[in-house]
Amino acid sequence: MPDAFEPKIVAFFCNWCTYLAADLAGTSRLKYAPNVRTVRVMCSGRVDPQFVLEAFAQGADGVLIGGCHPGDCHYQEGNYKALRRYELFRRMLNQMGIEDDRIRLEWISAAEGERVKTVVNDMVEKLRALGPRAPLRHKEVA
Amino acid sequence: MKPRIAFAWCASCGGCEEAVVDLDEVLLDVVNAVDIVFWPVALDFKLKDLEAMPDGWIFASFINGAIRNSDQRDMAELLRAKSRVVVAFGACAQLGGVPGLANLFDAKSIIAEAYDDGGTPQRLYRDDGHTLTLPEFFDSVAALDRAIDVDYYVPGCPPTPNLIRDAVKALLAAELPHKGSILAPDKSLCEQCPRKDTRPEKLLVKEFKRVHQMLVDGQTCLLAQGLACLGSATRGGCDARCIRGNMPCTGCFGPTSRVRDFGAKALSGIASVADGNDEGSIAEAMKALPDPAGTFYRYSLPSSLLTRGHME
Repeated sequence: MPDAFEPKIVAFFCNWCTYLAADLAGTSRLKYAPNVRTVRVMCSGRVDPQFVLEAFAQGADGVLIGGCHPGDCHYQEGNYKALRRYELFRRMLNQMGIEDDRIRLEWISAAEGERVKTVVNDMVEKLRALGPRAPLRHKEVA
Repeated sequence: MKPRIAFAWCASCGGCEEAVVDLDEVLLDVVNAVDIVFWPVALDFKLKDLEAMPDGWIFASFINGAIRNSDQRDMAELLRAKSRVVVAFGACAQLGGVPGLANLFDAKSIIAEAYDDGGTPQRLYRDDGHTLTLPEFFDSVAALDRAIDVDYYVPGCPPTPNLIRDAVKALLAAELPHKGSILAPDKSLCEQCPRKDTRPEKLLVKEFKRVHQMLVDGQTCLLAQGLACLGSATRGGCDARCIRGNMPCTGCFGPTSRVRDFGAKALSGIASVADGNDEGSIAEAMKALPDPAGTFYRYSLPSSLLTRGHME
């Protein structure tokens, strides 16, 4: 029997809210899907779209970005910048054949450990339904 | 002995060849300084002339255009063997260029669209004892350096006269530039923009517009006027020709050395100045950007991190 598909998620969590929420989820001994690899960034506004593309290029099935709720950004408006980029970037990813469910932006405060669990579990479920990203087998030059 | 130079044209529009001819009096200086030994578009050389040259006999080959089919790859490989230096000339050779946008589609649907499903061309024709072999159409368009080793890059769609002159000068100097150099300044266009001082400190765009939807003011920062000018993400060195013509930068010089994926970075810069803090107002501000891949990867999709869209 072939192994069940285990989606790989790269998560960029902001230092002030979502990363602390993930930490809280851990100290509260919440159980959630182990499919997520977390990268701590100082702010969701620090997530360069290049990071997301690099994750997809290296085989991620989904990318999750977590930041502070609107109005709560440690740097005043980093999360707004993340949201603006996300709106346009998601449309560009669609054109490149990357479905909406593969990229997700969530506001999760430091107190919402439970929310980390729900979001990760939900994303894993949706990615399982989507299946793995088709490997790029194309012939260029050689 | 003058250095021997070759020019060749792969998947591109011919504008790069035009740019060489457009050098006007500068062209005469260039022509005087070099010996052109191969230039199919302008001078009568045949493939067999090139094949007969010893390896490394040509000093520098300027190749424009991306690699879309096997014919172009073969030409690139042949010129590589015959030349000491290969220059990727223009946006298509450097980054994949406008033809690279074909990577949003797969080869099968491109052929079907072009030939209306009526008569997909056969690769091998036999007629009256003669045979003709058509080149292989690859799945994806690639920048020149995916096909062969490239020594230098001259950006632009097309490269501007001053840039070409300086590039030739750099190649003819006693000491060659570092291998892999992009022969243009490593600064963003904004830094060289004649409208630089009119760019507000804190810039927010209520609603992006396209040039045909407005009267563009000839003095102030185009981004501040709501046009998606990509100057902040684009390498300078073009003398801001589009800006002087009152048109926003579309990014043909590609990224600076600090950026890996031009489209992602350009999108990031443009999106973050959209005025709005909720999904509704942000979407409203960006309504006039219906085709982000075409806007931000106009010249660079094949050299982006994902290199192409989904394939059936």
